[in-house]
Amino acid sequence: MSETSTTEQTTGIRPQRSRMSSILFILTLIALIIGVSVCNKLPAEHPLYVSNYMVTLLGKYLTYAILAVAVDLVWGYLGILSLGHAAFFALGGYVMGMHLMRQIGDRGVYGNPDLPDFMVFLNWTELPWYWLGSDHFAFTALMILLVPGLLAFLFGWFAFRSRVNGVYLSIITQALTYALMLAFFRNEMGFGGNNGLTDFRELLGFDLRSDDVRLGLFIASGVALLLVYLLCDSILRSRLGKVAIAIRDAEDRTRFIGYRVESVKLALFTLSAMIAGIAGALYVPQVGIINPGEFAPLNSIEVVVWVAIGGRGTLYGAVLGALGVNYAKTWFTGAFPEAWLFALGLLFVVVTLLLPRGVAGLLKFKRSSKAAS
Amino acid sequence: MLSTRNSRRSLAAIAGIGLAGLSLSLHAQDDTIKVGVLHSLSGTMAISETTLKDTMLMLIDQQNANGGLLGKQLEAVVVDPASDWPLFAEKARELIEQEGVVATFGAWTSVSRKSVLPVFEELDSLLFYPVQYEGEESSKNVFYTGAAPNQQAIPAVDYLSDEIGVERWVLAGTDYVYPRTTNKILEAYLKANGVSDEDIMINYTPFGHADWQSIVADIKRFGSEGKKTAVVSTVNGDANVPFYKELGNQGISAEDIPVVAFSVGEEELSGFDTSPLVGHLAAWNYFMSVDAEVNDEFIDSWLEFTGDEDRVTNDPMEAHYIGFNMWVKAVEKAGSTDAAAVQDAIIGVAVPNLSGGYSAMMPNHHITKPVLIGEIQDDGQFEIVWETAGLVAGDAWSDFLDSSKEIISDWRAPLSCGNYNVTTNVCSGQNLE
Amino acid sequence: MSLTFHALQRLIRAASLLTLLAATCSIQTARADVQTGIDELDALFTQFVEGKGTQRTEALDALAALGREDTRELLNGILEGDLMLHKETDTIVWATAQGREYTMLSLDKQTDLGSDRKRRLSRLKVTNQLRGHLRSLIASLGLRSDDPVERLAAIDALMESPEDLPDDTLQDMLANETDSKVSDALLSLQARKLASSAQPEERLQALATLSDDLSNDSRSLVQNMAENDEDENVMTLAAQIARDQAAKVRLYAKAETVFFGLSLGSVLVLAAIGLAISFGVMGVINMAHGELIMLGAYCTWAMQQLMPNNLGLSLLLSIPVAFLFTGMIGILIERSVIRFLYGRPLETLLATFGISLILQQLVRTFISSQNVPVANPAFMSGVLEVNSVLSLTLNRLYILAFCLIVFAMLLVLLKRSRFGLEVRAVSQNRAMARAMGVPSARIDSLTFGLGAGIAGIAGVALSQLTNVGPNLGQAYIVDSFMVVVFGGVGNLWGTLISGMTLGIANKLMEPWAGAILAKILVLVFLIMFIQKRPRGLFPQRGRAVEAH
Repeated sequence: MSETSTTEQTTGIRPQRSRMSSILFILTLIALIIGVSVCNKLPAEHPLYVSNYMVTLLGKYLTYAILAVAVDLVWGYLGILSLGHAAFFALGGYVMGMHLMRQIGDRGVYGNPDLPDFMVFLNWTELPWYWLGSDHFAFTALMILLVPGLLAFLFGWFAFRSRVNGVYLSIITQALTYALMLAFFRNEMGFGGNNGLTDFRELLGFDLRSDDVRLGLFIASGVALLLVYLLCDSILRSRLGKVAIAIRDAEDRTRFIGYRVESVKLALFTLSAMIAGIAGALYVPQVGIINPGEFAPLNSIEVVVWVAIGGRGTLYGAVLGALGVNYAKTWFTGAFPEAWLFALGLLFVVVTLLLPRGVAGLLKFKRSSKAAS
Repeated sequence: MLSTRNSRRSLAAIAGIGLAGLSLSLHAQDDTIKVGVLHSLSGTMAISETTLKDTMLMLIDQQNANGGLLGKQLEAVVVDPASDWPLFAEKARELIEQEGVVATFGAWTSVSRKSVLPVFEELDSLLFYPVQYEGEESSKNVFYTGAAPNQQAIPAVDYLSDEIGVERWVLAGTDYVYPRTTNKILEAYLKANGVSDEDIMINYTPFGHADWQSIVADIKRFGSEGKKTAVVSTVNGDANVPFYKELGNQGISAEDIPVVAFSVGEEELSGFDTSPLVGHLAAWNYFMSVDAEVNDEFIDSWLEFTGDEDRVTNDPMEAHYIGFNMWVKAVEKAGSTDAAAVQDAIIGVAVPNLSGGYSAMMPNHHITKPVLIGEIQDDGQFEIVWETAGLVAGDAWSDFLDSSKEIISDWRAPLSCGNYNVTTNVCSGQNLE
Repeated sequence: MSLTFHALQRLIRAASLLTLLAATCSIQTARADVQTGIDELDALFTQFVEGKGTQRTEALDALAALGREDTRELLNGILEGDLMLHKETDTIVWATAQGREYTMLSLDKQTDLGSDRKRRLSRLKVTNQLRGHLRSLIASLGLRSDDPVERLAAIDALMESPEDLPDDTLQDMLANETDSKVSDALLSLQARKLASSAQPEERLQALATLSDDLSNDSRSLVQNMAENDEDENVMTLAAQIARDQAAKVRLYAKAETVFFGLSLGSVLVLAAIGLAISFGVMGVINMAHGELIMLGAYCTWAMQQLMPNNLGLSLLLSIPVAFLFTGMIGILIERSVIRFLYGRPLETLLATFGISLILQQLVRTFISSQNVPVANPAFMSGVLEVNSVLSLTLNRLYILAFCLIVFAMLLVLLKRSRFGLEVRAVSQNRAMARAMGVPSARIDSLTFGLGAGIAGIAGVALSQLTNVGPNLGQAYIVDSFMVVVFGGVGNLWGTLISGMTLGIANKLMEPWAGAILAKILVLVFLIMFIQKRPRGLFPQRGRAVEAH
């Protein structure tokens, strides 16, 4: 399933210029984080005041942007179209949610100091083994990386070794997230069934309902995005990144040259899942609920669209796509609820037909045509 | 160089536009009172919730035509949480913080209520929740105008055992918290009344379950062992049509094994081919076929408001009707829309319900209602076959569950607690800071 | 919770049946009183209309016991709603709709009471319980009917309480019965009576008949005799028969599960086979496939709206209508979007996903976001009763047959027609096919249209089983892809076998794993399987494979 049309576009950019746009992106992001934080502290009457509602909303968008970077890493640079990345996002979210549930302690509905409410309700007497350790933040932080990472590793181990690729891979990643959704809907799984995990109180001793903590979570999401961006950027600049692009453009040729295609794919796919897990973990305390709906196949496909619209194969494109589409979604569902699906559907069609490189591709095209003249 | 500056400018511009757009916040006008309407207008729940949004718009219109409230006009602020649970919380925050609504009418599923609950408690605003639900909750900021399990499930089971002589029970539900809780309460209730374990069959299916062959065959086998059998169904929405069709196809009629449903009302029936359902039962607090003058008026104004002669009314609509009128009366009584004042004033307020009587707000934030059992007719309406002798007060904490039988809820001073354990005298849970 | 109520009710019913039988089966002496009974009739109807609970059942029993010639007619009138209450005069009348008016006849049909508007009349309220009671009363009145079906129904109504039928009546009926089904039923009724006889020989005789009867009450009789009979011979024989019967019942339960599996499989195959064409033959991922199914189901609804009085015909007509309609939409999608994306399967996937969102929203906007009601024609409902423990639902049987027919026609089309030849040529080697003069672009649109049309047909079938609403398609898209990939892309037989296998596997697991877990397990199995054999059960061989 090699896509010859993509070859020249990314390789055509000289490293200096892409480094320049990276620096530019990083500066903008830092400016955004500082700007919002400062504006949030202005008095409410001030014209530049950013409300707490907006801060949380932006924080949510930033976690989506991290997820988009994760998808772009495997799709834009490795050629793996994952239709199941929301699964890794949701798993990270669930790990964080479990920790937050444990932090509720005896303030729950039934006042049980050890068991979350839904377990008391299901007449469970003790914590299932997979909830053990979830009351320690350090353990939780580790699990946020390990759970999605391990699943991706196992999945990739089998899939890449038996050379499942192209649309087959896309479809089984979709089946994966679908199966997980059905599983998490089951109350017997011990994750709260359809209601999921909610009614969180505090994180690391900070009250999740206070405005400062919300701002803190926003900043944390921004910093996480920054770090993830830097990490991915440096990987893509390394030899590993070059091999990845080679695999995307001509998998068999890369294999014949002697690279271990499977290992490269597995490493990046696992890393991508871990990044998605981090995004999910930051998402949950900000929106206050995690439930199996996050596993819905539609969610994963929506992420792919953010990346497609922003421009795959450019990390900042993915971020732009995530922020832009979600902002449009918020606006549309407020202004014209009925029109949102039409708009989203048209975006899919138009972008794939007319803008295969997304908005970033458009910017880049403009730039290179100017440079040429 | 030029190109870099260009792209820098465009990046900055995009960020700038985004920020400017986002920080546009609307300030509440002083001459209106804003009321939030938080129902999904898209996504899977739009089927049920859109009707409730229209109901609220109609009620607010009527109130304005009658001179508004406290000398001001009411203004409905409608948002679309799109059947997306985290979005419910986000939109609730938008309504309260950005739009400055004083009360919100909304949510349908349990998970959407659970999602918005912390927001209403944090920002101390009021939510009127109009749908039958599983109980085990009583928040200072939420008024539950739908039925608690003792206002729907338990009377239905009483009817089946006393009037129909049912001795074997199938508790079939969709796998989520409302059916789980209801079935748990019913199981405890049935056992307390001497029904043995082997006469109870419990079954859960996923949302939108379409292939009912095996389950219906099991029910058929279960019901053919001599004792009169009934199905108590908490099967949700979409899964009902294939369920009833399969019952009909396997030759199980309402006379052999009646099904009493808690989630099938007039609105749902309008999307069904009702022929396989005729004779099956539903338990609600209101039916469109209720014979009362106030109901006729309500139906007339609803038909006029929607401009569609074929529209139906249903139980959650009545809950909004009651809840809205209670809120109006409480605001008038308190002389203010302030949340704390309304919370104080609303307890004890009684307003007409649509079945010709009065419903009152109890100290546990649940209301009193009659319970009706109806048989489905081929025109999609219900023939009322039984009703409770008087009104039933909603019980937040079921008396039939071990985890909650010692818990009461009373939001009046001095107790002011939604989760008070009468044996340990400890108040815990929601709203406890 | 009064559990005695039910017992009481049965007692009343038994008593009424007895009096009834006495009235009908003895030589009808009551004839002479018939005409004088009209006042009594009125009184009973008043009791029926105004009474509460048991009073109403008693009124019906008394009515049946009157022994009037028109008893059955009257009871049927209550059941079917032909008897109505005229509110003004407060009388019960026979009402027949005549345009917007109802013409009314008195209860004994002797007096014409004129006509009145519909809302001046109301149907007699009948609850479930009364409906059941009415039916069994009517059935028992049919014991001496000329129609064997009615006689059979009457005997069935007596099966639970065979002691209600006097011995000599039974003998008399057995001697005169000509219909074999009815006499079989009479024999098994007789066996039930004999089972409680005092003579061990008679009980043995009863066992011989009961051994062939797998119905629940027969089995519990045998079981009871195996455990509690005083006579040792009877006990041993009964135990033997009970074991045999239990084995048979288990066997039939297995057969039922397999049938359920096949029928689930046939739905999966129908949903997947259109996809197998566009994905398998053309290498195009069509995420809007589910929505094409949904549109097919809406075609059924639209046809029923057009001809509401002829459900059967409208269903048959919806098959070609849905095929053409969704086929056209398929061609439109292919011409406007997909043809620009050949060779880029991942992009096709995204674009068609966008189309699926648009199609869903179109339906929501222009029809309704609510589900629409689709009725089943009479021939689709009911069961094919193999025996008393195994009965196959007709609609599932039809859909299974329908699935096989569609499959066979498709196979013939692709293997035996010129169009099929060209399709296969293009799919195997596009460049070569073009060189040989095959119009590949036209073939592409037609193939895609064919896949879309089959999806529409699947929608017609699904409309008979499940909800018809904008979300219908989403429920089937993941399943359909799994069926196609499991079966092996580009292989129709593979799709058939994989759909059926998955259906049966699902149903076999359901009893012990539950519906949800069964589905998850099947999905997990599929994911593992594809890892092991990426090309499915029946991989496509040859040059075409490398092209992917």
